[in-house]
Amino acid sequence: MAETKPKPKPKIKKEAVAMPKQKPKERVKNFNEVALGYDEVQAIEEANRCLQCVKPQCVTGCPVEVPIPEFIKCIREKRYDEGIAIIKAKNALPAVCGRVCPQEEQCQVTCVVGRIGEPVSIGRLERYLADWEREHGFQKPEKAKPTGKKIAIVGAGPAGLTAAADLVKLGHEVTLFEALHLPGGVLIYGIPEFRLPKAIVRNEVNYIVNLGVDLRLGNQVGRIHTIPELMKSGYEAVFIGSGAGLPMFLGVPGENLGGIYSANEFLIRVNLMKAYNFPDYDTPLRLGKHVVVIGGGNVAMDCARSSMRLGAEVCLLYRRSREELPARHEEIENAEEEGLVCKFLAAPLRFNGDEKGWVKSMECRAMELGPPDASGRRRPIPIKGSEFTMETDTVIIAIGQTPNPIIQRTTEGLEANPKRGTIIVDENGKTSLDGVYAGGDVATGAATVISAMGMGKKAAKAIHEYLMNKK
Amino acid sequence: MTICDYDANKGTVSFAFHEVGKTTKGLGCLNVGDTLMNVTGPLGNPSEVKKFGKVLCVGGSIMIAPALLQLKAMKEAGNHVTAVLGCRSKDCIFMEQEAKALSDKLYVASDDGSIGYKGLDFLKDLLTTEKFDHCVVLGPVVMMREVCEITKPYGIPTIVTVTPIMVDGMGMCGVCRVTVGGEMKFGCIDGPEFDGHQLDFEELVQRQRLMLPEERLSSMLWEMHGGCNCGRNKA
Repeated sequence: MAETKPKPKPKIKKEAVAMPKQKPKERVKNFNEVALGYDEVQAIEEANRCLQCVKPQCVTGCPVEVPIPEFIKCIREKRYDEGIAIIKAKNALPAVCGRVCPQEEQCQVTCVVGRIGEPVSIGRLERYLADWEREHGFQKPEKAKPTGKKIAIVGAGPAGLTAAADLVKLGHEVTLFEALHLPGGVLIYGIPEFRLPKAIVRNEVNYIVNLGVDLRLGNQVGRIHTIPELMKSGYEAVFIGSGAGLPMFLGVPGENLGGIYSANEFLIRVNLMKAYNFPDYDTPLRLGKHVVVIGGGNVAMDCARSSMRLGAEVCLLYRRSREELPARHEEIENAEEEGLVCKFLAAPLRFNGDEKGWVKSMECRAMELGPPDASGRRRPIPIKGSEFTMETDTVIIAIGQTPNPIIQRTTEGLEANPKRGTIIVDENGKTSLDGVYAGGDVATGAATVISAMGMGKKAAKAIHEYLMNKK
Repeated sequence: MTICDYDANKGTVSFAFHEVGKTTKGLGCLNVGDTLMNVTGPLGNPSEVKKFGKVLCVGGSIMIAPALLQLKAMKEAGNHVTAVLGCRSKDCIFMEQEAKALSDKLYVASDDGSIGYKGLDFLKDLLTTEKFDHCVVLGPVVMMREVCEITKPYGIPTIVTVTPIMVDGMGMCGVCRVTVGGEMKFGCIDGPEFDGHQLDFEELVQRQRLMLPEERLSSMLWEMHGGCNCGRNKA
């Protein structure tokens, strides 16, 4: 690569400034955030590792195209207000993204410093600026002249919030419909407090709502109003960002026994309904002593780490090996530091219950890895005669989610993938219906917060063009 | 909760509920003009209402109220409707006059026989003498199961309304999963109405009791802390 590097910079430190964290033994007993964030000295030190490439590779890895070197330069020069404004022009949820984006697969994987040592900790620096802004008061961006166009956005998760922010800034009248009683989508019901404090989500959502978005809670589109009804009632465009909220199950006998939770059920009870404070809060959660979490993604890690914090011994059961775990490395390391036990290369065959209908054990089978499958990961193959039984009193099934089917079922003419349940869209998020766009997990299947935001952004741009060129 | 009446002009919906736990007792303490933090709905699939011919409409216990809404709709769709109201004993029967006015024929039954027929066995005689094209049942799970067992030999399509435990009611948590014809279905997005002859009632009963100890604890603590403070629960 032919980057022209600013020469005079002295040696770049190979190691990134470490993220201060709560100690594993302490944090496993509380729901407070694990990563504590850089202080000013640490942030500047890390910012100084950036080469300020003329052709920055990091930006190419960012789904929402944040001008990364520019905001890092602002940190070096202590121009924090300008730094956060640069991010916010592209990304309305920086405090969230700084915490939960898989930077190691996106901006940081292409960072030039990464070729000689650890890449610049872009996510941590983004978080630093976002947290700085929260402490110093939010700035309000300029808004374009009102266009008089009404847009409905379905789902106040990462995709919907991003689309809402972009469209309201362009001067459109935006109504954001959310089915739950709180906005944030997976940020509020899914990702646990210790990874993403809810106060931070509330702040970022409030920022977007305060741009002038009309937020309607407790309003499940597809049931209460259908998409065609919204279009008839004066909305000229609709963006569907309803996510992938439908839990998948294994399809093995005994799955409906008591004590077997979907990851969604478990996380909604814990995060959204604060079941760890039962009976002070109304929603209970019965968690036994020996919890088995089935799956290997970030959601599985969240379930496992939440269960540990609730006092259980946790075993993660994954059908492939450690190398294939789809969870972020950082989260796997955090979980292992906290005492997570993993059982790799095994899958459940059936669950057995006690006389009251509660799970008491599970029969499993060992697996070995065969050639790679369509996902590129080596396919697990059952080993004959390797059956074994595990004692357990609580099982959490975290093997994935598919899109909620309600909108697809109640919107005539909206094309969806019959197998995966996803809404079919073109590269700009346009669906088979005129004026109807979709993005995020409902279009891609379960993916990341930032990819959903990226699609929300693209669709917002397409919706703007569609509305401004209409008649 | 199942909607049991509505007035589109006034913009109101009505619910009927038994005060059995913390939430329903709390709801029972509300006064005119009070507000709830969040109400969402209607959720779930709409009922299938069309002209079937002769319809048997069975409502049990508190679900008598929504059963009457179905009854009314079935009647308006041009069906001949026979209503059955079931309850524990004569103190628990309600909306009898409304049912009488809405239906072509009305039967009442109670578990203890203190009003109407004793138990639901009379239905067997009714079904041998009269032919029905469709049956809807809303009531306690044990009652719905009994009605389904009675209608099955006669091949009368029987639709039951289930209310399993739900956290969100929108397809997210999967707590409301039921087995219908050997397949996993969600009460919230696939239901709440299912073919009663295909539904695994035993599993449904078991799953409805999953959180019973926690429900009792919540209710007890609520009472201990003075309930609604109106003194009504002390009586």
